[in-house]
Amino acid sequence: MSFTGVLRPGHCALRVMEMGPALTHYVERLGLIKTGEDAQGRVYLKGWDEHDSFSIVLREADAPGMDYLGFKVLANADLDRFEVALRDYGCQVERIPAGELEGCGHRIRFEIPSGHQIELYAEKDHLGTSVGNRNPHPWPEGLQGMKVHRFDHCLLYGPKLADVADLFINVLGFSLTERVVTPDNTMIAAFFSSSNKAHDIAFIEHPEPNKLHHASFLLNSWEEVLTAADLMSMHDIPIDIGPTRHGITRGRTIYFFDPSGNRNEVFCGDYSWYPDREPITWETEHLGRAIFYHDRRLNENFLNVVT
Amino acid sequence: MAAMSQCEPSPTVEYRITLADSGECFACKDGQNVLAAMEKLGRRGIPVGCRGGGCGICRVQVVAGERYHTRKMSRAQVSAADEASGICLACRLIPEGDLVVRALGLLRRAVS
Repeated sequence: MSFTGVLRPGHCALRVMEMGPALTHYVERLGLIKTGEDAQGRVYLKGWDEHDSFSIVLREADAPGMDYLGFKVLANADLDRFEVALRDYGCQVERIPAGELEGCGHRIRFEIPSGHQIELYAEKDHLGTSVGNRNPHPWPEGLQGMKVHRFDHCLLYGPKLADVADLFINVLGFSLTERVVTPDNTMIAAFFSSSNKAHDIAFIEHPEPNKLHHASFLLNSWEEVLTAADLMSMHDIPIDIGPTRHGITRGRTIYFFDPSGNRNEVFCGDYSWYPDREPITWETEHLGRAIFYHDRRLNENFLNVVT
Repeated sequence: MAAMSQCEPSPTVEYRITLADSGECFACKDGQNVLAAMEKLGRRGIPVGCRGGGCGICRVQVVAGERYHTRKMSRAQVSAADEASGICLACRLIPEGDLVVRALGLLRRAVS
């Protein structure tokens, strides 16, 4: 068993301008399952194939975007180890007590050079899936909309990408899986994995700090991505781009927006990452193909539309 | 023939939206937002982003016409002072009369 330290993206806290339309979007259209609501009015959601009690937290606010992104670590010992390592590295680390998010153990939160708030935690209530653990069927009946399997990753925009990479690789133990470089070898995009996935988080260099490009959810096949796109047109969900393929990670994807303007992605497919692989490099001359493999050119929205 | 006239639809209420910089006009139906009206007619002039009042890319200023209302917009993109001076997001702008709007583009903030 070689998974240690950071296991996976654990929760993404999104701001929505109106909870009603947001719930219609995330529950009825994406197919996330509501698992709770707290006294502050925050709503907790998870994908049908996730086992922990929530992976998305929605909070009503007057501007959209992401409050913080949390990663699950294997054990409390890892959490303690990371806390020390982050402080030694120079980060201000805040400890948030167990129960501040319902069902979640204590978290450590720190700001990264791009301006984003990142958290680590070891414990969260285990709900399992509705197919259970004993002689399970492959999927449950009664799922809604796009039937996304799980919250998969975020792409974040902000400055100081080289410093962010140093922190994720040397302190948090992620691998660099793919990067985009300019002709003078400056990195402008970086994809990191803490697992067997092609990416668990990604960053693009951008002058404004602390911006969300998208929160991404996993599907199982190209046909499911097409069905998701059909549902978007049935329900007038604004589509940004797709269905198409990314050169980076090979993912088959569609980008769209929630009612508050937060960009979402549903996608399927990547490749298996192992830490003994070499990262993939894309040159900016091929950036169109890297992001939109069939269009082979960037649209302006990709660089400018963030929340 | 007499039966046909009974089937005529009632006229849709529409407003004339003029883009201040180009002078181009397009029709916006009652209840429709200005950005959607522009898009559906295949016209251009205001950038199209999230279409939900969140990203700020369709920022406009209403320079003529007072009859309109707006749906909820990100306060990070449009402040109360902006709103008072007719600045809003085209995807949240619902005309109730003819309007002239100027596309302002994304608000670029100085980064310290």
